[in-house]
Amino acid sequence: MSLKTPLGAARGLGSAKNGTHHWIMQRITAVALVPLTLWFVFSALALSGAGYAEAAGWLADPVNAVLMLLLIVATFHHLQLGLQVVIEDYIHGEAAKIVTLLVVKFAAFALGMAGAFAVLKVAFTA
Amino acid sequence: MAEFTLPANSKIGKGKTWPTKDGGKKVKKFNVYRWTPDSGENPTVDTYEIDLEACGPMVLDALIKIKNEVDQTLTFRRSCREGICGSCAMNIDGTNTLACTKFIDEVDGDVNIYPLPHMAVIKDLVPDLNRAYAQLSAIEPWLKTASPTPPDKERVQTPEDRRQLDGLYECILCFCCQTSCPSYWWNGERYLGPAILLQAYRWLADSRDEMTGERLDALEDPFRLYRCHTIMNCSKTCPKGLNPAKAIAEIKKMMLARQA
Repeated sequence: MSLKTPLGAARGLGSAKNGTHHWIMQRITAVALVPLTLWFVFSALALSGAGYAEAAGWLADPVNAVLMLLLIVATFHHLQLGLQVVIEDYIHGEAAKIVTLLVVKFAAFALGMAGAFAVLKVAFTA
Repeated sequence: MAEFTLPANSKIGKGKTWPTKDGGKKVKKFNVYRWTPDSGENPTVDTYEIDLEACGPMVLDALIKIKNEVDQTLTFRRSCREGICGSCAMNIDGTNTLACTKFIDEVDGDVNIYPLPHMAVIKDLVPDLNRAYAQLSAIEPWLKTASPTPPDKERVQTPEDRRQLDGLYECILCFCCQTSCPSYWWNGERYLGPAILLQAYRWLADSRDEMTGERLDALEDPFRLYRCHTIMNCSKTCPKGLNPAKAIAEIKKMMLARQA
């Protein structure tokens, strides 16, 4: 129960003066993911049945390694941007929201790093 | 956490059935949501049997007939009965629309009538729209200028500039779109919603307004504007055939234009 006026509640804390950057980055990563994902799917299909050495050799190719790194960065950046919106939409408890956001952001960053490290390790040792 | 339990008064029980007094050839059932704050009970759905031979063609005609001849306690808003005041907005046959412009014949089977979704109910089909009205006030829906008012003439605009307001000025603020939007259901305290954002764009699109930048500043917010996820229920449900989703997209384009 609050006696705050409806207008006071509607004006709230005012505008955050951001949101556009988030929206733009979501679109940019989405656009980037179209060719990268197509490239990855076709490459994976072409490698089906190949052995470890052949697959590692494919990944060691500089073009493939760089495209794979780009795919990883775009995927995990897009993932955490999108999940942030989902969490803000549906989780209304302030503490639960902050914890979930942190878990998602840390997990996306850690998984992206792990993926990138794996690519580099294969690329430089294969 | 996410809310898994229903708020108070969400469980709807079966209510009374009101048969036609003298039969009639063309009887249709109207299932109408009933709730009064006075009884302390959960809502019910009452069924009214109406002879369409003795009733006007619109859903509002049936509601008025019920109130006049069957059950005077039925409460709903109505005024112009011709689709221009926006008072009789309600959920009919699963879609938000105006009772006065919805033909009874358009509904197959029983006519199910509920208040606009996800708003607090004051009584029966009357939702509490105070928050939406306050949100409208918050976007300051009037012409704002820095240059002094011309002393001897109007602020002029070309016919072409005037056409930019077509599809925007026709909004009657019935809030059918506002209350059809899942984003507004979940975050209505912070998201302005399709009706208000369409109004905001109506002033952004006005060639005579000089506060475009300030208006965009006030909208640039992850919740106020960017809770719109282009679900498009708003454009689908609008009883005036307007396109709030497009207006919101135009605002986002303006946000982009001043960045890049």
